Amino acid sequence: MNKLIAAFSALTIVSLATITLAVSANTADPKPAGVEVKIDNFTFTPAELHVKVGTEVTWVNKDDIPHNVISEDKSFKSKVMDTDEKFTFTASSPGTYTYFCGIHPKMRGRLVVE
Amino acid sequence: MAANKKSDVLEVDHNHDGVDRRGFLKCMAWAGTGAFCLVQGGVMKSFSLSDRTAPWSTMAGELSFVQISDSHMGFNKPANPDVVATLQAAVSKINALSPAPEFMLHTGDISHLSKPTEFDQVKQILKSASPQRVFYVPGEHDVLEDDGQQYREQFAKGTQGAGWYSFDVKGVHFLGLVNVVNLKAGGLGTLGDEQLAWMKDDVRNLKDSTPIVVFAHIPLWSVYPEWGWGTDDSSRALALLKRFGSVTVLNGHIHQTMQKVEGKVTFHTAASTAFPQPKPGEGPSPGPMKVPAEQLRSILGITNVNYVRSRHALGIIDSSLE
Repeated sequence: MNKLIAAFSALTIVSLATITLAVSANTADPKPAGVEVKIDNFTFTPAELHVKVGTEVTWVNKDDIPHNVISEDKSFKSKVMDTDEKFTFTASSPGTYTYFCGIHPKMRGRLVVE
Repeated sequence: MAANKKSDVLEVDHNHDGVDRRGFLKCMAWAGTGAFCLVQGGVMKSFSLSDRTAPWSTMAGELSFVQISDSHMGFNKPANPDVVATLQAAVSKINALSPAPEFMLHTGDISHLSKPTEFDQVKQILKSASPQRVFYVPGEHDVLEDDGQQYREQFAKGTQGAGWYSFDVKGVHFLGLVNVVNLKAGGLGTLGDEQLAWMKDDVRNLKDSTPIVVFAHIPLWSVYPEWGWGTDDSSRALALLKRFGSVTVLNGHIHQTMQKVEGKVTFHTAASTAFPQPKPGEGPSPGPMKVPAEQLRSILGITNVNYVRSRHALGIIDSSLE
């Protein structure tokens, strides 16, 4: 059993290493300042967004139903956005922020700040 | 299955998950045109409201109450630019019911954006309804920004926790539950440990024969989890009600009528008074569904519930606004 756990842990470490590599590779790409995440049909688009530190990220609600945006680590939480309302968050430190709509928690997205 | 001709008698299939698809669809077929589903001993019969021989016409219930849902006051988008008028139409429909219902249940999404003016407008409109008393539970649209503090002050004074409570009328035990607060990323509706502990205590001393009515906003059965149409810990609540001979679960949230019978439990969702939503999975999202203006009131509606002691089970009648 212990062997199995050890093997599994080793696998996990390898996977994590792969993810880290992939993320570092992305930092080489130049990203424009000011990026938008569209909320439409109860979906965040893009579902995963990579930005550089200091980029302004703006969510805009295109649905006829209100939504909000809450990061799971509580780094940011928007007011409720009615149709066409917006929320902007500027990521000042690198990290991966997974977020969701607190009203419709099946709606999830990810913001990766590099 | 199809060769088995039992046109109006719909049996529950206990060998599967309790959902009788044929019966479910049969009841669904009446949705929007007015339906009556009577459940007795696990056999459900459905009748059209146009069928004058249907037993509901002679059922002067011992207890009659009405459920409305999802009034979304403040909504003004193309799916219904006038939710005031449709709520008023629902009130007219309620006032025409005979026998007059003793009280109303509002299963949430009273408001669209939790604004004081929206809450107030619903209260004002419902004042002209014949039943004086309204029992509310909140929808997710009623607890925006303040975790429901305003809702509780206005609609659920003296209740427990996030606004749950129980009461008894003519031997029927009602539980108003809250499953729209503290929602977790990726999850569905949530009742939570505190509410479930309260519920366990609340039903502890009731006799098995006590008819139970549970009302909450988000369905307490798995209607379509992909769209968030279900409650993560509803099975824990239902387990507490397992010993009771008659359990009726009334929900809203999905803006359409739907019914399922599982053993002694009847699950039912009411139509909205504001706007329709698509059938599960039909359409890109559960957003408001735009239908031709002249059809709108045929898919909005109210739900009337009758309890007759000798019949044990509750009769549920959906009727559209026109």
